[in-house]
Amino acid sequence: MIELDINGTKRSVDAEADTPLLYVLRDHLAMNGAKFGCGLGQCGACTVMVDGEAVFSCMTPVSVLAGRKIRTIEGLGTVEQPGALQRAFIDEQAAQCGYCIAGMIMRAQALLEKNSSPSDAEIRRHMMPNLCRCGTHMRIVKAVRRAAQTMRAEADKPKSAGQT
Amino acid sequence: MTARGVASFLILAAGVAATSWAADVAPTAKPAADQSMADSTLIARGAELAAIGNCASCHTHPEGKSFAGGRPIKTPFGTLYSTNITPDNETGIGKWSAEDFLRAMHDGVAPGRRNLYPAFPYDHFTRLTDNDVEAIYAFVMTREPVRLTAPPNQLAFPMNLRSALSVWKVLFLERGAYRPDPQQDAEWNRGAYLVEGLGHCGACHTPRNAMGAEEHTRDFDGGQSEGWDAPALNSSSPAPSAWTAEQLYAYLRQGRDENHGTAVGPMKPVVDNLSQVPESDVRAIARYVAWRMNRGQLVRVAATSSDSAQTVIGDGEAIFRGACASCHEAEASGGPIRSGRTVPLSLTTSVNAPDARNAIHIVLEGIWPDAGEKGAFMPPFEGAFTEQQLAALLGYVRSRYARGPAWSDLPKQVRAIMHTGQKQ
Repeated sequence: MIELDINGTKRSVDAEADTPLLYVLRDHLAMNGAKFGCGLGQCGACTVMVDGEAVFSCMTPVSVLAGRKIRTIEGLGTVEQPGALQRAFIDEQAAQCGYCIAGMIMRAQALLEKNSSPSDAEIRRHMMPNLCRCGTHMRIVKAVRRAAQTMRAEADKPKSAGQT
Repeated sequence: MTARGVASFLILAAGVAATSWAADVAPTAKPAADQSMADSTLIARGAELAAIGNCASCHTHPEGKSFAGGRPIKTPFGTLYSTNITPDNETGIGKWSAEDFLRAMHDGVAPGRRNLYPAFPYDHFTRLTDNDVEAIYAFVMTREPVRLTAPPNQLAFPMNLRSALSVWKVLFLERGAYRPDPQQDAEWNRGAYLVEGLGHCGACHTPRNAMGAEEHTRDFDGGQSEGWDAPALNSSSPAPSAWTAEQLYAYLRQGRDENHGTAVGPMKPVVDNLSQVPESDVRAIARYVAWRMNRGQLVRVAATSSDSAQTVIGDGEAIFRGACASCHEAEASGGPIRSGRTVPLSLTTSVNAPDARNAIHIVLEGIWPDAGEKGAFMPPFEGAFTEQQLAALLGYVRSRYARGPAWSDLPKQVRAIMHTGQKQ
């Protein structure tokens, strides 16, 4: 048994040490946000976060994840209350078929947590490992920019604002 | 620089400081009208030579305009910023005459008697013929002028004093054009001229002494570049399968040879440039380097068995099976790789090198073709592994695939590279 910390919840999983995290998420835990695209780290559809960094879950064996913090798209928000990036992707209509989007959002999340106001060049460089075969990259860049704005505005709000 | 290196340098500097070693250099007249340089053949030849010299790599900031400089170059003595070599009059070399340019290339002196730092490899460019320097001048002076001043260099004393470089030159600069070896044919000599001179291969592939000069008793014995290991290009080459001139040509021309690996890190821009110069020049370079590599030692050590007395650290094997095997064992297992074959790990230079640095960089950063281009690909694993896990993985790869002994300082090197985030 391997114990994983996924979106702040401890999950025990009975899997071989070399099982990719993606298979555990989808097949063992029915968390189907991360997608199987190529299985080779070439497309990024499976991207999740581990200790704040974007990684390909299709090539990350669960044996390296004990004691580390995993975040998936399910941890960012819900249909009712989408996270800032999810909201921005909806507002910019950045998805066409949508298969790549969970991975795109997780990679962007890793960027925005470290850099709250990335330049377009920084966004493009950071997002490079993730592909969208429908070609919505321009809208994806816009959505990331928009989410950065929202997140900055959110952070600037006085903490007590909700109580007055 | 070691303490002893600094001390000896200071003593020498004190002794020579009063003497103006650049006294014979006087500013020369501005270049004549541009028409005289409009010789398109000369410019085209200059473009090819500048590509072989890899000028743009250092003289271009990753996000800046070609040849406008400003790229930080980290040295053991501090950070230098490459200069603007576009023909801008104020911030570039627009006011330089052909003679000024020749002096910079051959003697490392800029107008105004300013000594240049040997990060600019004039210790190699001094081997160039005057005609080749003239062609490079014609090319550089017809580029788009860009107004850009590089940030000031950040160097520690005494290297921050340009006058001190006079001492360095006395000790380490051997001036003079390449002298052909009459025992060898024209192609060999062409290769030697390009490798020793313009290509300045030794600037990375030869180890440097405490004062930053190449150790010529150990030519091509392997050095460093931008945090990467520049493997030996002599009989100490770590490649398990001896390089032939034909394989070196393929590697230098296409960036990849199926028996050795893919050009990555600071070597990538070099092969990008060599894909665009005359084929005969790349063949000559390959021939000369192969000659250097195979001279005196054609018999290689037989491969040791993979279950030698090495310790497999931790769970490296499980990590390998989960993260690497789908591509690197694909041929054996009928795995899913479709886009071309991987170079067997047992043949790659990075896995067989005495230094683990390149293998660490490659796992963390991956291998990328240029945007929109076809080419070798490996995904980056940055963020996937902790230091201990990456060390365990590479320890396993080394013990399974390499013929050399275990990398003794592997955990230390992994930590250093992961912590500095030294990316290229």
